[in-house]
Amino acid sequence: MGNEIKHHLNDAILMAYAAGSLPEAFNLMVASHLSLCDGCRTRAESFDVLGGEVLEQMDGGNAIDLRADSLETTLALIAGGPVAEPERKMTSCPILPSPLCDYVGGSLEHVRWTPVGMGVKQAILPTSKDASARLLFIPAGTAMPDHGHQGTEMTMVLKGAFQDEDDYFARGDVEIADSDLHHTPVADIHEDCICLAVTDAPLQFDRLIPKIAQRFLRI
Amino acid sequence: MLWVEHITRVRDEKDTQAFAELFAHFAPRVKGFLMKSGADASLAEECAQDVMAALWHKAHQFDPARASVATWIFTIARNRRIDIMRRQRRPEPEDLGWGPEEEPDQADVLTLQQETEALGAALADLPQAQRELIEKAYFGDLTHSEIAAETGLPLGTIKSRIRLALDRLRHAMK
Ligand SMILES: [Zn+2]
Repeated sequence: MGNEIKHHLNDAILMAYAAGSLPEAFNLMVASHLSLCDGCRTRAESFDVLGGEVLEQMDGGNAIDLRADSLETTLALIAGGPVAEPERKMTSCPILPSPLCDYVGGSLEHVRWTPVGMGVKQAILPTSKDASARLLFIPAGTAMPDHGHQGTEMTMVLKGAFQDEDDYFARGDVEIADSDLHHTPVADIHEDCICLAVTDAPLQFDRLIPKIAQRFLRI
Repeated sequence: MLWVEHITRVRDEKDTQAFAELFAHFAPRVKGFLMKSGADASLAEECAQDVMAALWHKAHQFDPARASVATWIFTIARNRRIDIMRRQRRPEPEDLGWGPEEEPDQADVLTLQQETEALGAALADLPQAQRELIEKAYFGDLTHSEIAAETGLPLGTIKSRIRLALDRLRHAMK
């Protein structure tokens, strides 16, 4: 367990995760961080409790009518047996927490990397289109690619570390950036860095690569 | 220990009377929750039935040392809503493997149920404006900026009101 995580998820994100209003890519980020961070896991659970109490206290107890045969229909549904649910394969590897293993179909060896220049590789994960999630591999000492700071972007370190002007981010640490943050994080010189990055900016395949190239040319 | 006994009876004895009581309390709330999230009455009814059927089939997974019945049903309903209304998966954190195989410790159960009640009481005591924003965040499937558009409140006010509400809730829990 990552017991030295310094950069955590904020209340707004944890609450939205509990409420179920985040895009899938952000849910994946939260689930991955919670897998590594007991503190945020406990906070996330209290937002579930709050949701339960909102449900408990809603006026629907009186105001909403069920269909007259609602209970009978439900009992008939129950008699039909449980709905088959996809089995949760809880694999994990030393680098990828299990929600990520799930999305890459195994462990780190199963990630299908695409080179994007200067030794940087990425793998886009299959999530709904309202936001995107990708794994990034950044060689030691190399600047992180700029994914175009539009919208909210979160980056969590899985292996190695990176630093920006103010802070150092190691395994489990999450950097949250909104559109007005401009910076150039650089992977720690000692080790290659693997990160999970999610953003709600639209994914622009055609623009991403030239932008990264442009950035690296400036280094 | 509100409702915990009922779930145990459903789990161990397939007790339809206990289920009917759970149903009478929770099914209308779940239906209302889904309607406030934008489902029409017939979709909400159907989903509420699914959620209550899931409660029956998953009763063996319920761990009263980890969640109250209301919390547990909320998470089932929330996941169902994401599944049905947004057609998305909801990744869950790695399972720590403290499953409900062993009988939970009664002291833990009591503590958790009391803390949940305290949070419920604190929520009920919130000033109306703060409480409504919390409800909207949970029901409405709304982002802060969408809440802003709907209430006409500036975004900064909404964020600080929610923060105030959370501070109050935390304070009440101490
Ligand atoms: Zn954390």
